[in-house]
Amino acid sequence: MLNISGLNEGVVIDHIQAGGAMKIYEYLNLEKLDCQVAIIKNARSSKMGKKDIIKIEGPLDIDLNVLGVLDHNITINIIKDNHIADKKTLELPDMVTNIIKCRNPRCITSAEQEIPHRFKLTDRENRIYRCVYCESKFKGN
Amino acid sequence: MKHLISPLDLSVSELEEVLNLGQEILKNKAKYSDICKGKKLATLFYEPSTRTRLSFEAAMLNLGGKVLGFSSADSSSASKGESVADTIRVISSYADICAMRHPKEGAPTVAAMHSKIPVINAGDGGHNHPTQTLTDLFTIKQLKGRLDNLVIGMCGDLKFGRTVHSLINAMVRYENVRFILVSPNELRIPDYLRQEVLVAGNINFIETNELEKYMPELDILYMTRVQRERFFNEEDYIRLKDSFILDAEKMKYAKEDMYVLHPLPRVNEIAAEVDNDPRAVYFKQAEFGVYVRMALIMTLLGLS
Repeated sequence: MLNISGLNEGVVIDHIQAGGAMKIYEYLNLEKLDCQVAIIKNARSSKMGKKDIIKIEGPLDIDLNVLGVLDHNITINIIKDNHIADKKTLELPDMVTNIIKCRNPRCITSAEQEIPHRFKLTDRENRIYRCVYCESKFKGN
Repeated sequence: MKHLISPLDLSVSELEEVLNLGQEILKNKAKYSDICKGKKLATLFYEPSTRTRLSFEAAMLNLGGKVLGFSSADSSSASKGESVADTIRVISSYADICAMRHPKEGAPTVAAMHSKIPVINAGDGGHNHPTQTLTDLFTIKQLKGRLDNLVIGMCGDLKFGRTVHSLINAMVRYENVRFILVSPNELRIPDYLRQEVLVAGNINFIETNELEKYMPELDILYMTRVQRERFFNEEDYIRLKDSFILDAEKMKYAKEDMYVLHPLPRVNEIAAEVDNDPRAVYFKQAEFGVYVRMALIMTLLGLS
């Protein structure tokens, strides 16, 4: 059993689909943080079988709603004084910029690197985003 | 300021106004021959398209305006690596309106975001080609007198044919339109169009590979070319390209007032013998394309 110390204050990003933690780490630019970050891969989960978890020490000033775009199972626990102070449910943003990339090789974003990758939520129920330029579909996990 | 990037940028009532203006221009060409005097249309064609470019240029010249532009990426600053955004910022100060064709999907959207003048999408890769859709709708309205209560056959490459997808998206907005979708199994309409537009909208449609069987029911037959460039291998192209050829024999099954449309260029999917049939209107359709582009240019420039 792997032991990782608990947090006094920080954020736990839980129920990440197994194997997805590094992607989240990159999207949130966590490598730029000075604080302690723990990535736990393939943790046992009664609900999911296997899951990934990210623990971040200290207060975090990042809009975590974008995580809902990538993986809707994710839950966020805000830790204060060794306790869960808040459980956040993720609201899908109407528009996301440079969070997900358009993978359509025929899209203008593939030819001009400086164009921001912007996606618009077109179907909230099915969590479908479409590229604002070529309308290609993006569906998270 | 209004742009035309997707065929659905115009509401049904805005579309109605453009089509009515097109009809008015067709009836009274002299009245509109000077209305764009002093105005310039820039045709920014990053890939060659003789028909569409000349149709736009003819439209502006018919309105008394002038045209400038380029007809391939090689002869534009794109060959030096200039972005679409920078190009349109500059062109905005040279012209009053522009028509852009680009091989990359969404390029006209980028242009519209940075433009000071109306941008018309003249085709962006396999994505949208709204003025072709306007031309198709104008032709149907002109010849059938309506856009509702129609049985529309679509035949050929329904998978990659953007004109087919756009026309379906535009026609489902009208009452009681039924689609007969005739294609080889490999070239059927994409799943998103079937599920998100036709099934979700409760639209009456049939997918088949028998053209003759449904010919007697059709009010409109929209033929398309099976494009070589859409295939990854030559074998598939050769096997499928002749699958759905319209000839005089098949035309015998059609109603007297059924019309055959085609976005052109035609290769061999309509036999030359059909050209003399009064119901073959694809060349008329290309002519109508000029009038509807005239109406669109006037509308986007706020002239009437």
